[in-house]
Amino acid sequence: MRRLLLQALVNSPLTEPLSHDDVELAELASRLNQTTRDRLGRSLSIRELDAGSCNGCELEINALSNAFYDLERFGLRFVASPRHADVLLVTGPVTKNMHDPLRKTYEAMPHPKWVVAAGDCAIDGGCFTGSYAVAGATSQIIPVDLVVHGCPPCPSSILQGLVSLMKGPIHR
Amino acid sequence: MTDLAALKGQPVEGHHPWPRLLVNTDTWQDAINGLAEDRWTLSGLWGDDGAVHMALMAAADLRVLSLPCPDGDFPSIGRLHPPAIRLERTISDLYGLVPRGAADTRPWLDHGSWGLRHPLGTPQGGVAPQTYPFLSAEGEGIHQIPVGPVHAGIIEPGHFRFHANGETIVRLEARFGYTHKGVEGLMQGADLDRGSKLAGRVSGDSTVAYALAFARATEAALNVDAPDRAQWLRALMAEMERLANHLGDIGAICNDASFSLMLAHCAVLRERVLRAANICFGHRLMRDCVVPGGVVRDLDKASVSILQALVNEIRTRFPGLVALYDSTTSLQDRTVATGILKAGLAQKFGAGGYVGRASGRDFDARRALAYPPYDRLSFEVPVFQEGDVNGRVWVRIREVEQSLSLIDQILAGLPDGPIHAPVGAQAGEGMAVVEGFRGDVLAWLRLDEDGHIERCHLRDPSWFQWPLLEAAIEGNIVADFPLCNKSFNCSYSGCDL
Repeated sequence: MRRLLLQALVNSPLTEPLSHDDVELAELASRLNQTTRDRLGRSLSIRELDAGSCNGCELEINALSNAFYDLERFGLRFVASPRHADVLLVTGPVTKNMHDPLRKTYEAMPHPKWVVAAGDCAIDGGCFTGSYAVAGATSQIIPVDLVVHGCPPCPSSILQGLVSLMKGPIHR
Repeated sequence: MTDLAALKGQPVEGHHPWPRLLVNTDTWQDAINGLAEDRWTLSGLWGDDGAVHMALMAAADLRVLSLPCPDGDFPSIGRLHPPAIRLERTISDLYGLVPRGAADTRPWLDHGSWGLRHPLGTPQGGVAPQTYPFLSAEGEGIHQIPVGPVHAGIIEPGHFRFHANGETIVRLEARFGYTHKGVEGLMQGADLDRGSKLAGRVSGDSTVAYALAFARATEAALNVDAPDRAQWLRALMAEMERLANHLGDIGAICNDASFSLMLAHCAVLRERVLRAANICFGHRLMRDCVVPGGVVRDLDKASVSILQALVNEIRTRFPGLVALYDSTTSLQDRTVATGILKAGLAQKFGAGGYVGRASGRDFDARRALAYPPYDRLSFEVPVFQEGDVNGRVWVRIREVEQSLSLIDQILAGLPDGPIHAPVGAQAGEGMAVVEGFRGDVLAWLRLDEDGHIERCHLRDPSWFQWPLLEAAIEGNIVADFPLCNKSFNCSYSGCDL
């Protein structure tokens, strides 16, 4: 372990330098810093909810925590309880069996709160539209502030989505 | 020698590559007796229009037995062979066919919220949601802990009901169905394009495995072969998927024992695999890349060197992480002798993947069925006997090494030629079993004359792993559940469909 830790000290970090590699992310970082500071004191707590996804979106949302994306540097973090959350990040086509848990989770969140529908399924049911077991788009069940397209959306799209939410006009 | 040939029935024409037999209740009962005596393994059990099908496997041989159900019922398999219980409950929910003599008649996928019953059989009006009676455990000081369907982490929804005495788990029972999307209903009448897309969205982490199983079953039904180069590219994607998932799992298991350093390092390697996949195949998870007839995208020279660099990078970094895992006593204290799955149960349930192989079940569809190109590649199937969390970690570690070697071999031996063959459209029935990272995925389908899907069943390996988690966790402490659960890493969506 000592060697690994020492290597980590001398090697440069993997977290991608925002200024050169990814203009989008660099912009994102500066915008997040300003907007979150204004509204939420530099932190935004996110509760993720799988409303029937295939687990693909969860894989990419989990990737947000790896060293390349490191979402905590933006003051974004995942929390365990909806009662601690500012943002509900919803994935999946909202199955009828998840309809009530989704609504209850949303209702458990304190105001102000935002909802992000991540992935094509959460936006409009995706390829599962029309099934007897699917309740429909997230926005048919709870108000959605922002959508992030993709099947699944890549981690940088999700990050970018979160910031455009911060810039949006919505106050609840 | 176990002999599936002893099971007699009327062969159904046009079912490939293994036979499907129409059987009577006597043969059905013989098959059940064989299962109860461990003469063969239950590989699948699914409903159809007025019939049930059972897939059996013995060594490299497979059979599908089909029993017509004119009276809407069939002799229960679960009565004598517990691995069938949840599959039977699913058949009841979706088709309304009743397993005669079954001990557990509770619904499984149907939570009373669909607005109808038996959606794939003869639909009837729905019933209001009812309280689900969990199995009980009684005794002084025993209390219940309900968990889910919404969990604390970023994972799929499902409910776990613990009966605990102090910290010790006396009984765990899972209740699923929350992610039931009605995939098999959507499959009916779909064309192959849509079918392939749906198959690739059954379980997101196994999108290549599912698309491959679906494609191979389709090709079997239509009697076509994907070109050589496509077969090799499919295997390349399958090994990349295995690599990414195993790396992610090894890190996540250690993280559930509060050793986040491993997660940080493994997540970096996983991300590198996904990025390489994105460059080489145009999608990080390689979704919709495998289709009936072949693959959608060829591998260029630049991609080959990217993959070689990836393999080298992992070969350089991974051994240090393995050494770290193996030499950290506080971590070993959590993983060794925790959540032991007995070999007998793994065998009885036909548990695939690392769950089975950590408990002595020496099965891997890539080797047993030797579908191309694995018949021309050399690899080992790691098997451990301990059956604990540590064993399941070690199977993954060894499989990471094997996948790296397989990727090397594939890049070196990749044949030239086309990557897609036309599949045509005709009636037929096909079946395929392929090895996903989690275990063997079974796909079975029946096509009509226009090449549309009449019925398609996809069986996730987790069907035969989830119940074993409940057995393995007994007597462990509640705090070790996340660790044990992650070491199984079963799919919710794959079983809920």
